[in-house]
Amino acid sequence: MKFTTLLASAAMALGLATGAMAEDKTKVGFVYVGPVGDGGWTYEHNKGRLAVEDHFGDKVETVFVESVPEGPDAERVMTQMALEGADLIFTTSFGYMDPTINVAKKFPNVKFEHATGYKTADNVSVYSARFYEGRAVQGHIAGNMTKSNIIGYIGSYPIPEVIRGINSAYIHAKKVNPDVEFKIVWAYTWFDPAKEADAATVLIEQGADVILQHTDSTAPQAAAQEAGNVVTFGQASDMSEYAPFPRVSSIIDDWAPYYIARTQAVMDGTWESANTWDGIREGMVAIGEISDAVPADVKEEALALKAAMAAGEYHPFTGPLKRQDGSDWLAEGEVADDGTLAGMNFYVEGLEGEIPQ
Amino acid sequence: MDLGEINPVLLVASLMVAATPLLLAAIGELVVEKAGVLNLGVEGMMIVGAISGFAISVETGSPWLGFVAAAIGGAVLSLLFVLLTQVALANQVASGLALTLFGLGFSALMGQSYVGVKPPSMGDIHIPVISDIPVIGPILFQHDPILYVGIALTAAVWATLKYTRVGLILRAVGENHDAAHALGYKVIKIRIMAILFGGACAGLGGAYISLIRVPQWTEGMTAGVGWIALALVVFASWKPWRALLGAYLFGGITVLQLNLQAAGVAIPVEYLAMSPYIITILVLVILSADKSSAPASLGRTFHASH
Repeated sequence: MKFTTLLASAAMALGLATGAMAEDKTKVGFVYVGPVGDGGWTYEHNKGRLAVEDHFGDKVETVFVESVPEGPDAERVMTQMALEGADLIFTTSFGYMDPTINVAKKFPNVKFEHATGYKTADNVSVYSARFYEGRAVQGHIAGNMTKSNIIGYIGSYPIPEVIRGINSAYIHAKKVNPDVEFKIVWAYTWFDPAKEADAATVLIEQGADVILQHTDSTAPQAAAQEAGNVVTFGQASDMSEYAPFPRVSSIIDDWAPYYIARTQAVMDGTWESANTWDGIREGMVAIGEISDAVPADVKEEALALKAAMAAGEYHPFTGPLKRQDGSDWLAEGEVADDGTLAGMNFYVEGLEGEIPQ
Repeated sequence: MDLGEINPVLLVASLMVAATPLLLAAIGELVVEKAGVLNLGVEGMMIVGAISGFAISVETGSPWLGFVAAAIGGAVLSLLFVLLTQVALANQVASGLALTLFGLGFSALMGQSYVGVKPPSMGDIHIPVISDIPVIGPILFQHDPILYVGIALTAAVWATLKYTRVGLILRAVGENHDAAHALGYKVIKIRIMAILFGGACAGLGGAYISLIRVPQWTEGMTAGVGWIALALVVFASWKPWRALLGAYLFGGITVLQLNLQAAGVAIPVEYLAMSPYIITILVLVILSADKSSAPASLGRTFHASH
């Protein structure tokens, strides 16, 4: 009896001691949808995590779990992280939205940050980047580069973020090339190199000579390289190992400054639930180097477009724009509001096919 | 919608490519299960094969050596499973799962320096005359050699299991290991050989993804093919030709649904996306109405003292 009490109190003391030690360090958790070596989306988030470690040194401890499926399993992973003492948890895929909210309810003292979603709570922030600004630049280059006038687009899931990208790319491709046609394939995965390569191959077989992807691996780049004269763009990360051709440019997500700022806020006790949506201007979206495979005049126009968006002079969704069914959306000169963009569930006029619901 | 945009010849040709990794892994696992061992580590052995093959073919410049290395890599990893289940008599399900987890992590470690590297191309076989026959030529005679290896392996496994003494012994071990042991067959030895064969096949299947189908190295690139192969073996009632049919159905519908999507066919995409799974299961379940059942000793640990 005495011995067990002794043990128990020793264990408690030990527990308190480690608890006190953990106080010094801010523990930041990251939940990834793919492997850190995917070369795209998760790779960039992980770079952000490493930047946090670099910046704060001994003052932080980061943990991550990779290849977490979107669904109930994500809840288990987040719960585990919270139980292990994480102060701040970044959940980095759209499909973690409800799991994040559910787990956040159980741990009111842990701060959560969900990427690309729209549900917030007292301890849940959302953050995303205005990828559609990058898509505008891609669309501009793609419309100029295509000879077959068929642009293939590999979608992951039919969620607003992906649909915005398709619309933005299409609007800007159409501007420079009225004959352009988009072929859209939904892969229903964020990361499956074999399937992504299959999708790219199918699009190429059906005449596409430019491939845009909204999936996370570099497999479509490899498929395009294999096919020869097909143009691609890096997605989420620079994918420069496929430059200068087929990859002629890219959208790069730079999460590091945001992750550092939010970690700092937790340390200072100033963290508040927020809704952050930054673009080229703030540096969260960068355009990877446009390679020499792109004609000089096209490159110049693309850079001008980027500069206009960075200066806030141009919005990719500026009227006149109609919806796919022909109804009016934006009047001449009108700019889309963030609310509509955040929940975008329709194609703009000219795109073919239906969005899976 | 324009179905004319789908080229049926290219479609059939690419479905065979999409099906091959699945077929190779499934045939290997089929032999393992016929010997009475359930190895859930297919995914792990595939991904290790994928990186072993990729690394060696990049280093040597020879895709052939790459495939040999992939088979060896898969087999070496399966040795771990052998140690756990045949020597230490550990639980097969747990050991198999551990093998997959270990394989995924280990391959990521091995592959650190191979991200973004382009492997040497194997090239397709072009047999003069017959590969120039319209339609049939591009479908049947213009593929990479490993695709034919997959088909040949299926035929070989089928013939071996059905007609040879070796096949009979293997099946005996899988059906009733005590009886086989009583007859003087070395149950453990036979099972070890089967597991190594399964590992080598899974390795080949993985390398097919990293060297031919994609071709590149990315962490976790097998993305669940190993699990589908496991399911395929069951739904194919442990029969090699049905496994081939199932793999081609699955690969075929995967490619076909992407083609239909790209051509803008007015079928809801959700149905198209789930169709490979549903149709493959349906067809194989209907085929297995003849009540062929699993090897009786499947998943049971054998110890000679029993």
